[in-house]
Amino acid sequence: MQNFINIFTHGIFIKHAWFVLAVPFLSFVFVGLVLRPLSKKASGLIATLSISVTTLFVYGIIAECFLMHRVPSGAAWQVPWLRYQDGLSATLGVLVDPLSLLLMCVVTTVSALVHLYSIGYMRGDEGVGRYFAFLNLFTFSMLGLVVAPNILQIFIFWELVGVSSFLLIGYYYEKPQAVAASKKAFIVTRFADLGFFIGIFILGYYGFQSFSRLGPTVPQALSPFDFAYLTSPAFIEFFKHETYMIFGLSIFSLTLILVFMGACGKSAMFPLHIWLPDAMEGPTPVSALIHAATMVVAGVYLVARMFPLFVASPEALGLVQCVGTFTCLFAATIGCTQDDIKRVLAFSTLSQIGYMMFALGVCHGGNTLGYTASLFHLFTHAFFKALLFLGAGSIIHALHTNNVWEMGGLVKAMPITHLTFLVATLSISGIPPFSGFFSKDEILLSAFINHQYLTFVIALLVAGLTSFYMFRVYFLTFWSEAKWHGHVHKPQEASWTMTLPLLLLAVLAAISGFTPIAKWIFYTKSQVESHRLFFVPVFGVLVAAFGFLLAMLFYTGDRKIVDHVVLKFAWMYGVIKHKFYIDEVYLWITKKVIFRFIAFPVAWFDRRIVDGGVNLAAWVTRKTGWLLRFLQTGQVQTYGIWLVSGGLVMLLVLLTL
Amino acid sequence: MQVSCLVFLPLLTAFLVIMTPRRFSYLIRWISVFGTGLHLALTIMISFLFWAEAKGDGELLRTSLVFKLHLVEKISWFDSLGIQYFVGIDGISLTMVVLTSIIIFAGVLASWNVKERAKEFFALLLILVTGVFGVFVSFDLFLFFMFYELAVLPMYLLIGIWGTGPKEYAAMKLTLMLLIGSAFILVGFFALYYGSGFYTFDLIKLATANFPVDFQRWVFPMIFVGFGVIGALYPLHTWSPDGHSSAPTAVSMLHAGVLMKLGGYGALRIAVFLLPEGAKYWGLFFMGLTTINILYGSFGAIWQKDLKYFTAYSSVSHCGFVLFGISALNFMGMKGAVIQMFSHGIMTGLFFGLIGMVYGRTHTRIISEMGGLARVMPWLATCFYIGGLASLGLPGLSGFIAESHVFLGGFFGHSLQSVGQSGALMKTFTLIATLSIVVTAVYVLRGLGRVFQGPIENAEFANLEDAMLSEKLSTGILVVVLIVVGLYPSILIDVIEPAIRPVLNRLAGGL
Repeated sequence: MQNFINIFTHGIFIKHAWFVLAVPFLSFVFVGLVLRPLSKKASGLIATLSISVTTLFVYGIIAECFLMHRVPSGAAWQVPWLRYQDGLSATLGVLVDPLSLLLMCVVTTVSALVHLYSIGYMRGDEGVGRYFAFLNLFTFSMLGLVVAPNILQIFIFWELVGVSSFLLIGYYYEKPQAVAASKKAFIVTRFADLGFFIGIFILGYYGFQSFSRLGPTVPQALSPFDFAYLTSPAFIEFFKHETYMIFGLSIFSLTLILVFMGACGKSAMFPLHIWLPDAMEGPTPVSALIHAATMVVAGVYLVARMFPLFVASPEALGLVQCVGTFTCLFAATIGCTQDDIKRVLAFSTLSQIGYMMFALGVCHGGNTLGYTASLFHLFTHAFFKALLFLGAGSIIHALHTNNVWEMGGLVKAMPITHLTFLVATLSISGIPPFSGFFSKDEILLSAFINHQYLTFVIALLVAGLTSFYMFRVYFLTFWSEAKWHGHVHKPQEASWTMTLPLLLLAVLAAISGFTPIAKWIFYTKSQVESHRLFFVPVFGVLVAAFGFLLAMLFYTGDRKIVDHVVLKFAWMYGVIKHKFYIDEVYLWITKKVIFRFIAFPVAWFDRRIVDGGVNLAAWVTRKTGWLLRFLQTGQVQTYGIWLVSGGLVMLLVLLTL
Repeated sequence: MQVSCLVFLPLLTAFLVIMTPRRFSYLIRWISVFGTGLHLALTIMISFLFWAEAKGDGELLRTSLVFKLHLVEKISWFDSLGIQYFVGIDGISLTMVVLTSIIIFAGVLASWNVKERAKEFFALLLILVTGVFGVFVSFDLFLFFMFYELAVLPMYLLIGIWGTGPKEYAAMKLTLMLLIGSAFILVGFFALYYGSGFYTFDLIKLATANFPVDFQRWVFPMIFVGFGVIGALYPLHTWSPDGHSSAPTAVSMLHAGVLMKLGGYGALRIAVFLLPEGAKYWGLFFMGLTTINILYGSFGAIWQKDLKYFTAYSSVSHCGFVLFGISALNFMGMKGAVIQMFSHGIMTGLFFGLIGMVYGRTHTRIISEMGGLARVMPWLATCFYIGGLASLGLPGLSGFIAESHVFLGGFFGHSLQSVGQSGALMKTFTLIATLSIVVTAVYVLRGLGRVFQGPIENAEFANLEDAMLSEKLSTGILVVVLIVVGLYPSILIDVIEPAIRPVLNRLAGGL
């Protein structure tokens, strides 16, 4: 045992942190180029194996940090990559600090389990090799994102996770909805990334201007793009006092808002949330990994990574809070009305990320407990939400339908799925002692102690709604009368590759709340440990219980009650069910305004006016030539006339002079 | 000697092709492939020579501001007029030569199926490419211009004879518009010749001439616009959609991939380098014009129905980046412009090659008539997507390296190199231009989605075949280059940087 522990006391894992990026990347190349055409089985196996190895390696790094009693900071490994000019370059590196370790742990764990699950789930599909290659690519990109020591590397991998998400949503490329959804996801996030990109320019610009002066005072800062530099007090102080104003906002706040725009796109915050529900067209394990546990929390991670900057700008942080709170409520209401199990989960994801966002946002009140709470929720949410999706996948795999009204009576048929789904539902609803309870409690607390009472009340309300819509799904799927009788075969649990990840995630979803995360992840340590208000968790549990009871009342008994309620609020229900018609608004803007009023006129203008001008010039030339042709007829008489008349004109001119 | 080999090897190959009897059409193809393959090998060898020589000079330390040529050959030609045969290579030339060499090799492979008058086709193609190589290595303006015309003129025949659609119209339009550009260039060259007082066409010697500021201000736009025509400067770009659409595959590859780069190359090498004061005076104006280029091309592409028009408009947008970067007149902008020339050359060569291959199978280029082709031609679809992702600037592929340089250059503006331009306006232009990264994503994904994704709509397409070996080789090379540059940008940047510094030095007022 001692020998085993000794492995982790040399710092080998931290020293070779590049391993975390190299393995998934090589595996992607190998699976994509070599194995894919050869064997479906081997593709899945190698892809899963490589991610498992990466996971173990990350655990190794974490173990080292514990055993060596060292909280590392700064890049463990770094190579120069792209030199823009002297003093402005981007490196590729692996940053090892508590925040990145937390994310690495989440990403690799969930990814490894999803890989394993996919072996069973995707069996028999013809493009399995492609699927696993993309899944590896995604894991590589996501890891690259969370370990980025500089903002440019984050952007690079930010785009790469975007493209792997695009590839995986559109995995069933012959299905028009999947194709449309993948395009939508990419373009909406791309639009948001435009803000992020411009934000990077501005940060780079001011960073470059001040770097030669302030850089040497900041340890570990090699270039203006480094987080070590951007989040250093010296730079923040410099940037904050930049007096340039646009729209009444200082350039400092504006830059952060632009960066936050990128975060909103990736984390699907209102009003850029429209791509996430559609993204459910992808295979379900993909939704579990990318659109629930990892990629969509990248926005939260970005704000957390740049938190020192955000804290210095109450405007930007206030916006984070508003957007987070609104999305949290907005998505939860829609979640109550959706019939597609994956869409309910998608809206629930939106709502939960809203929690994480506003938890960061409320910190402008002065207490930074929200920072810890947000990342704690990110941690627990990854497990229970991935579990919910994988459970849903299990059900869909057995029943071949997504509609909750066509399910029911699965308690006996799929006991493992039922049990694990229940654990996840209890966890997301915030019932103690499951993990969601702890993290949600901390978020509620952070809103309360920062005196953001409106946010606090909304958060409580949403806790009730969450419990309601999750138990709605739970009761409809597992307890209500079975509607699948008459199908060819009875639904049953799939192979162990699918149930094992469910069980493991269920364990994590149950106990991850006991992780003392506040010990390592904090912004100001003292503020995290103070304040314990006992009534906050009590309220939280009470509203969750209320939601549970309401769902039980509605969805275990007669359907008439539901129909009655729906009829009573028909108008409102319709609006919510159609997701407040926001998709339609976007569609109108793109199809009617951009395509019809910009793209079409440009194309027309180019062909008619600009090109018309060219053709006109050609026409004029030809016509001139045609006219001049009459000068050269080849007849002596004509020439004679010209000669004589020309001579006469000359004579006249000379005479009049 | 090496550089001359580089220029005249294609001509020699063309000669061999002409000497081969028509009935050995196989042999003609093999000679062309072999000739261009040998050329590619030679180019790679020269890159190493260049590398070694540059390293020996310590030039890679990247501090030298002096214009430094490698592998120089200088032979007096018309002494009385000051005309020399003067060729050599610097970082920018080398980048362009490598690009051309790759594209012509891929292009010859992609035209494996040309049956009609194959002999003349390959001969003209090789003559054309001789001109292109000549332009990239000439440092005597007269020689430069001669090669430039040699590159432009065979295009007329190539499009007019082997083209599709309204080919005579397109060929005529393209040639005439480019010739008008040439006229501007020629006048500009003569102005330089006399204005310098040296009566020489030697580029290096001209750089030491002290052109008066007023002189620079009227000659600069003439040369820049002259090159702008072939570089698709708005509003002189309209030859490009028609020309590219009518041209046969290898010709559009070469034309969009390489010939359009002559514009950016000339603008940087001659206009900006020789006339820095003029460049500073006009820089902002051309930056505004190219901002229009960038957005206009990408919005125009959204509405196109024909795949080739679609790609041509996207080229207008991407070539806008080249001239935009040059007009930014700072280190990152100009470096980005050269990288973009390379990256766009490869990318668009790939696009046109692929379109030719798809067209050869479906016999249509109308986007809405295709659909679901990924099922039957996975190789072509994959390559197309990689090219598309490169064109929308995905990190990890070459497009991102180029675009991020150009945008950073535009945004950083004058703060780095004091060339006295209005910083706020440059930033505004850059911010407007960045919108294109979204629009590009829209048209690329829409276009490719319609062609390759979804169910197969036309039942006749269900039995089409994927790429054959020569096509796989042709597209594979280009895809690999896109990825290599994207992952390891230093391979280009290390070569380009030393060549940009002297230009910058000129702008800063040095010699």
